[in-house]
Amino acid sequence: MIRIANAHLWVHDQDEALAFYTQRLGMEVRADVTVAELGNFRWLTVGPAGQPDIAIALMAIPGAPVMDSETAEQVRNLMAKGFAGTIFLATDDCQAAYEELRGRGVEFVEEPEERPYGIDSAFRDPSGNSIRLTQVREVASV
Amino acid sequence: MVFAPPARHLLRAKDLADARYFEPLDVDDLAGAAGLSRAHFSREFRRAFGESPHAYLLTRRMERAAALLRTTDRSVADICFSVGLRSVGSFTTCFTRTYGVSPTAYRVAFPPAVNHALVPACVLRAYGRPQRRTFREDSDPARD
Repeated sequence: MIRIANAHLWVHDQDEALAFYTQRLGMEVRADVTVAELGNFRWLTVGPAGQPDIAIALMAIPGAPVMDSETAEQVRNLMAKGFAGTIFLATDDCQAAYEELRGRGVEFVEEPEERPYGIDSAFRDPSGNSIRLTQVREVASV
Repeated sequence: MVFAPPARHLLRAKDLADARYFEPLDVDDLAGAAGLSRAHFSREFRRAFGESPHAYLLTRRMERAAALLRTTDRSVADICFSVGLRSVGSFTTCFTRTYGVSPTAYRVAFPPAVNHALVPACVLRAYGRPQRRTFREDSDPARD
């Protein structure tokens, strides 16, 4: 069986992202390792408490020779424009989660709203990445 | 704190249009969210996203109005006000220009029973937002 272990997300600044994903979203740090022999590459992963086998790798945009400066600038711009990807989070109670996160200073771009598939809301991380928070409606199996 | 790319501030303005389209927002409010003067903001927004902030806000309102026409039985006037516009006449004109049919005809063409794959709201919003159709506004920089 193949499972999802980690998915990566570019971030503008790893410290800023770490603070957001842990202090605001309440995720756990799974790994935070800086590898000197790899030019101080920092492998930083976070994941939701209670879901230990999945993590998000918060990746700094590298410089040369990994990524040329023009490409790095393009990635940075895509991210700042909000086009670098989306994380879809699920919750049992969208309204309660929304209020909790708002209380911790998360600015929502979509407040919880009824959709055909459940109750859905959205916010961004400091880098501009889109994060959706959804209470998925249970659909009776056919 | 790392210096954010300028586009991150423009994204705040775009998010404001997406989040608060139902309020009487205008381009000045969007410029304020980005922390830029109106003229500079409009230029930079267009450079980043390929359309003017005025067009973005207007097409967001059209997209939301179309969704309400498809999924509710609320009146056209009510829907016009619900998406932050105040003139039903202008709304109907703009909607008809955008979708090629009047709001009422659009609703008839999409009976609520024709229901939708369960795609996320972000997809509906992003892919459902219409291209802007203009007649005269293009030559009017004040509308940007």
